[in-house]
Amino acid sequence: MKKLLNRVAVLAIAGTVSMGAQATTPEEDRNAFNKLYKWRFSGVPMEEFVNGAYAIDPIGRENWEAIEEFPPYEPFIDEGEVMWETPFANGKGYKDCFPDGPAIAGNYPHWDKEQGMVMTLPLALNQCREANGEKPLKYKKGSITNIVAYTAFQSRGQVTNVVIPDDDPRALAAYENGRKFYFTRRGQLNFSCSTCHLQNTGMKVRTEILSPTLGQTTHWPTYRSKWGTVGTLHRRFTGCNKNIRAKPFKAQGEQYRNLEYFLTYMSNGLELNGPGARK
Amino acid sequence: MSISNLKLSVMAGAVTLLAGQILPLPSLAAEGSSVVAEGKAIALSRKKGNCLACHLIEGGEFPGNLGPPLIAMKARYPDKQKLRAQIWDPTAANPESAMVPFGRNKVLTEAEMDKLVEYIWTL
Ligand code: HEC
Ligand code: HEC
Repeated sequence: MKKLLNRVAVLAIAGTVSMGAQATTPEEDRNAFNKLYKWRFSGVPMEEFVNGAYAIDPIGRENWEAIEEFPPYEPFIDEGEVMWETPFANGKGYKDCFPDGPAIAGNYPHWDKEQGMVMTLPLALNQCREANGEKPLKYKKGSITNIVAYTAFQSRGQVTNVVIPDDDPRALAAYENGRKFYFTRRGQLNFSCSTCHLQNTGMKVRTEILSPTLGQTTHWPTYRSKWGTVGTLHRRFTGCNKNIRAKPFKAQGEQYRNLEYFLTYMSNGLELNGPGARK
Repeated sequence: MSISNLKLSVMAGAVTLLAGQILPLPSLAAEGSSVVAEGKAIALSRKKGNCLACHLIEGGEFPGNLGPPLIAMKARYPDKQKLRAQIWDPTAANPESAMVPFGRNKVLTEAEMDKLVEYIWTL
């Protein structure tokens, strides 16, 4: 019965967030999300949400803790360090593009006023390559995950702090766009991100417990047993879109970058703990 | 479901009801059970109904719990058409429904829907 009551309340809160006839500010959105998950999972400390479904699923957590003892993403971090240290053909390297060092994940995603778009870490790394005459890396798997894994590992402990600058209305528009994506039903199966991760968070689809949106962005790239390797956040978006028989969008295309902007904003205040491991 | 189909199945229902009061009809009953078996296959197949993703069904393995258990369906849906309507398009009753609109979005065909409903109604 408690479960049932919980879900009714979750629906009510989710409803006020998504339906919101009058526009809500990003901070209002974030507060509503926080309130909902805190209430739904009372007893789960805020900082635990970075662990996704394992914050709310004691059995899954046990397996996961065992996996984390020999982290499957470690070789990817090492590969990434080599990439970071190795100069491009022109003699320059990532270090020249990012003079403050590899602990940069906390700066992303951010609004890039000059380019008029949401800048993500993988995109920034590729722009660095292209500026130096190197081919861009593919965005879902492969060596991009090495370099992102290395920077993520170096950035552990930084705090998610996405800013929506008010000196450029396009930034808020990008956020709104990502928010709309999150709440829009799509695909033959007719789901939105919110259907699963907001309305029904904590419930089971078959044996999968639906993780809260809060904390979903803190730990990328992630090693998934199902993939047998490390993949990027946009690869995960692609997977969730395919599961509902929707045509996935382009990794690092505008839709997914705006979605990432919105999604990461929801996790403001949570620590970065990438790379992650999931089943 | 087309109107003619609907009429047919309503009529068929009436016929079985009437006939059932008079004498058992072995041939119809046998056909009925194979329809139920086909409906069950559709319900359990991951590619078709995949109802177990969200519903507990007696005898089904690894059910999810997004939706309520599918149990005592005849009691809860004396009108089979209401049951069909819920599966056809759950968002008609509940716009926020997290259930797949199996008919409206053509996840299942009319014929598959008919068989599926026969099976679900036995639960
Ligand atoms: C039909 C249900 C469903 C829908 C719709 C859905 N997801 Fe998921 N998602 C899952 C399941 C199941 C998992 C794996 C278990 C988990 O971590 O939640 C998952 C995992 C994720 C993860 C990884 C979480 C982690 O801790 O690593 C992210 C990120 C994510 N989804 C984002 C999204 C976004 C964004 C959308 C909309 C574009 C979306 N999902 C739509 C079911 C869904
Ligand atoms: C992804 C989740 C999901 C799937 C798959 C799904 N359902 Fe549902 N179902 C729900 C939810 C959630 C409800 C609760 C009512 C609502 O929101 O519409 C529901 C309600 C129902 C109801 C009404 C139950 C009641 O107690 O009144 C029936 C009947 C039903 N589902 C049948 C099916 C059948 C048959 C299938 C497979 C062909 C199926 N469902 C697949 C999520 C699902």
